[in-house]
Amino acid sequence: MENSPDPAPPLLEVRGISKSFGAVRALQEVDFTLRAGEIHALLGENGAGKSTLIKVITGVFPRDAGIVRISGEEVAPRSAKAALGAGIATVYQEVNLLPNLSVAQNLFLDRQPMRFGIVREGEMRRRAKALLADFGLDIDVAAPLGNYSVAIQHVTAIARAVDLSARVLILDEPTASLDRHEVEILFGIMRQLAQRGIGIVFVSHFLDQVYEISDRITVLRNGRLVGERETVSLPRLDLIRMMLGRELAETTSARASVTEHKAREICASFEGYGKAGYVAPFNLELRHGEVVGLAGLLGSGRTETARLVFGAERADLGQAKVEGVPVRLQSPRDGVRHGFGYCPEERKTDGIIAELSVRENIVLALQAKRGLYRPLSRREQDEIARRYVKMLDIRPPDPERPVGLLSGGNQQKVLLARWLATSPRLLVLDEPTRGIDVGAHAEIIRLIRELCDEGLALLVISSELDEIVTYSDRVVVLRDRAHVEELAGEAIDVGHILAAIAADGAATAHEGRA
Amino acid sequence: MKGLPPVLITAIVLVAGFALCAMQFPNIASTRVVGNLLTDNAFLGIVATGMTFVIISGGIDLSVGSVIGFTTVFVALAIERWGMPPLVAFVAILVLSAAFGAAMGAVIHVFDLPPFIVTLAGMFLARGASFLLSTESVPITAPVYSTVSDFALRMPGGGRLTAIAIVMLAIVIGGALLLRLTRFGANVYALGGNRTTASLMGVAVGKMTIKIYMLSSLLAGIAGIVFSFYTSAGYSLSAVGVELDTIAAVVIGGTLLTGGQGSVIGTFLGVLIQGLIQTYINFDGTLSSWWTKIATGVLLFAFIALQQGLVALARRPVVKSAGAAS
Repeated sequence: MENSPDPAPPLLEVRGISKSFGAVRALQEVDFTLRAGEIHALLGENGAGKSTLIKVITGVFPRDAGIVRISGEEVAPRSAKAALGAGIATVYQEVNLLPNLSVAQNLFLDRQPMRFGIVREGEMRRRAKALLADFGLDIDVAAPLGNYSVAIQHVTAIARAVDLSARVLILDEPTASLDRHEVEILFGIMRQLAQRGIGIVFVSHFLDQVYEISDRITVLRNGRLVGERETVSLPRLDLIRMMLGRELAETTSARASVTEHKAREICASFEGYGKAGYVAPFNLELRHGEVVGLAGLLGSGRTETARLVFGAERADLGQAKVEGVPVRLQSPRDGVRHGFGYCPEERKTDGIIAELSVRENIVLALQAKRGLYRPLSRREQDEIARRYVKMLDIRPPDPERPVGLLSGGNQQKVLLARWLATSPRLLVLDEPTRGIDVGAHAEIIRLIRELCDEGLALLVISSELDEIVTYSDRVVVLRDRAHVEELAGEAIDVGHILAAIAADGAATAHEGRA
Repeated sequence: MKGLPPVLITAIVLVAGFALCAMQFPNIASTRVVGNLLTDNAFLGIVATGMTFVIISGGIDLSVGSVIGFTTVFVALAIERWGMPPLVAFVAILVLSAAFGAAMGAVIHVFDLPPFIVTLAGMFLARGASFLLSTESVPITAPVYSTVSDFALRMPGGGRLTAIAIVMLAIVIGGALLLRLTRFGANVYALGGNRTTASLMGVAVGKMTIKIYMLSSLLAGIAGIVFSFYTSAGYSLSAVGVELDTIAAVVIGGTLLTGGQGSVIGTFLGVLIQGLIQTYINFDGTLSSWWTKIATGVLLFAFIALQQGLVALARRPVVKSAGAAS
């Protein structure tokens, strides 16, 4: 732990880094300081700029402004290789090694011990073994790396980086695919490396792990630096506020005050529903004419819950019922057949088909539901497209325009229209307002309410707590891939949600992951 | 380590096949037949060694058959019409073919194009160029050709290990050592594993790509020279479709068509298997020589199915689903 201001320059010093992609400002004037021998967590929600910052530091992206210093010396690597030369190594979640080569070859690729132009295989293996022994690994280094677990591959990647005399080690979500025991091993290695004076940047969305391992925390939000704190003096609630960017605003549920919580008809229910290693079993009831919000941090299991509900992922536990009748949801087809609709978060990759017209995009799900043998006539298609373009006010109101040419908000509406055309009973919306402008934002929220008033059941995921509070009748809070709390009526406000997210989850932290 | 089980299976198939053939025609088990088999397939063994490097690195080289054809025509014309000393002609064509391969490698790397397309273009280019030189078969009468053709090491049992067979064996051994023991070889495997990752780990991917295709074309050039010795002529239609026989030999030898795994020794065994089938058909006398293609096709299917099975098996235990973002 740091206690005295040291005169020596910090190991890694990043000052005033800015980076734009076209019109999008991914990083604005970001500072970051890493001292030798510390484990420094870099946190932020989706789109906060963590990955961009890492890629700018390691030279994968050129930067627009700012400087990077290593031990006081300015560096400007232009590639990951050059960054490695400067002493900065990155280990990504997807291990960047070669599973088809032996462990030893992976450790010494391009720098094998040589004699007369021939790789000294024996010497290389001996060194590989010695190197890994430092990290507490005793494995057959002649075997292909792919034969080993992800944890061992991570350790191998770290060992390679350290052996390449890295002084700054950036670990990007290293624990995302490890079980609890493997996490312990990794943490042991991280502490050991920190003691040797290596500075470690730890990117993770598991807050428990952050509190367990890190000395200091830097939080980014929307491409800006929110702050840097000592881990011990930063309460969890404050950290989450920093990440989500909320002062405890006094927004309360507009709906809760207007519509009293009355017993509505159950549309779909899930009991003990879950999947090992994906989402811990949960109970969820979705009623007609009701909006249920899913709140939680990135990686808390919101999208996972939505995918299970829709059938995009198979549950291995629990029972789903639609209108009281037990059903099996094994594929998106099943979901569609039972009258479910799902608007995914990644509009561009998972939702719209940019080259097709508005009309074609809208009729897609309906046609799929009807099957190949009952094609919709062109007249019917035109009719449906016209109706929804009008109803949702899609602009420009031209059903034949390729969807890719529409604005984000209008693309979102097309996606909504696609599912509405199937007359669903339940609609799942994953971040419906992400990446669309403020005006469209309000309109989407208005639509959500209207749909709900028409008796549709809605399950909505959003990172915008204000928003979720505004339209939800109930809010389910998730943490570490488990449903931890359900708020209803008057209890729905941003403060309660934050508190539920922040509650010390040590007991439930790694359930269902091991 | 790398791809050993498939190689073992190839070896077993070869030994079992040889034993079966020898049971029916005891004469097959003689050094005389084996010597001929090596001579007949010398050019194939050479070009397949190069192809092994290309395929392990995750690429493919469709131009090799055409390069062989071009080489035979070029060598024949250079010696017979242009009056070049044979050795000079050999050096010239080897430089030319190496440059051709390097150019294909450079195009693949710089423009990030699929090797399939680039080498397909190379295939048409080289074949077209050989027709441009001569459309007829040009016999080679230079004395060095008869000298070399007459040369052979006597094996016990009366078999002849010809010069071109020796060249092929030397290249196979050299290729195997290059692939197994050098940094270049390790980088070939690295490229086949994952180009991006290899580049992140410091492998000079561009240089490697150029070198690999250069090696393949160079060996195709050598195979072309060997082919000209074998036929004592240069003909623009020679070695049509050899690229496919070559790929077949490589795959039967246990090299993964998707790259990352394989061995030169396996490829050599694959060449021998194809040669053995040919020999059997010659001995039988009643079968059409097209049966070679049919047998090769069946074997290819079997090996590809086998590899897919092995790959699926290898992938199963390790892969865990990474945490998807919420």
